[in-house]
Amino acid sequence: MEKIPILRMGKFLLVTIQVDLYDRLAEALEADLVQMVKKTGAQGVLIDISAVSIIDSFMGRIIGNIATMSKILDAETVVVGMQPAVAITLVELGLPLKGVHSSLNVERGMELLRTKINLSEGQSDDDGYAE
Amino acid sequence: MMVTLNKDVMSIVKEQDVIPFRNRIKEYATKIGMGLVNQTKLITAASELVRNMLKYANGGKVYIEVVSKGRENGIRLSFEDKGPGIPDINLALKDGYSTGKSLGLGLPGTKRLVSEFNIASEVGKGTTVTVVKWKNG
Repeated sequence: MEKIPILRMGKFLLVTIQVDLYDRLAEALEADLVQMVKKTGAQGVLIDISAVSIIDSFMGRIIGNIATMSKILDAETVVVGMQPAVAITLVELGLPLKGVHSSLNVERGMELLRTKINLSEGQSDDDGYAE
Repeated sequence: MMVTLNKDVMSIVKEQDVIPFRNRIKEYATKIGMGLVNQTKLITAASELVRNMLKYANGGKVYIEVVSKGRENGIRLSFEDKGPGIPDINLALKDGYSTGKSLGLGLPGTKRLVSEFNIASEVGKGTTVTVVKWKNG
């Protein structure tokens, strides 16, 4: 079976979806990604969907699931590079991908992940009995 | 008066049939000069309907037609299955209603994405969903 490669880059996992996903491939990606978060202790997941021309309710749900599952495992998810036509379609379909962070491109997505991680580290420091 | 200019049929029996089917629609839509946003809406709608067909009726047939009405050209897709049928169509068209485990966006969402939407179903016999997307609609 085909597989979507998951690359590790420091604290982050990088996934670039280059093919049209059919359901089983998307489900496999969801499972693999969550396993990888656990295995590598990644703090951020970046999914590049710039080559994806269609996101229907199923694919949208998979993306939402990945974000929620990663969050529970203490990793943030950012989706980057969504095509404008896909964004228009998702909103009209009634699936605005709530709870999923997004960025225009990979560079900004990385930046967003870094801020998010620093932010949450900052917060956990404040939680202590300082001063 | 709607005139059919071209007719094609594809049978969908397994998940892997969906991607070639989407590509076929894209070919036709490009041929009539449909813009990218409308193409994306049409293909997304088709994707939802074909998923329903696979999930509830183990597949079926899809007719892809290039149609014309007055000056407008468009694509008409008819999804025919011999599945269990839908007992209450109005309920199935409601946002957030699902008998499966999905979000219940399939039918109502699809309706919003296309220009014309029609559904006929008989319990025990099957369901036919017909959608039209006009080139500029």
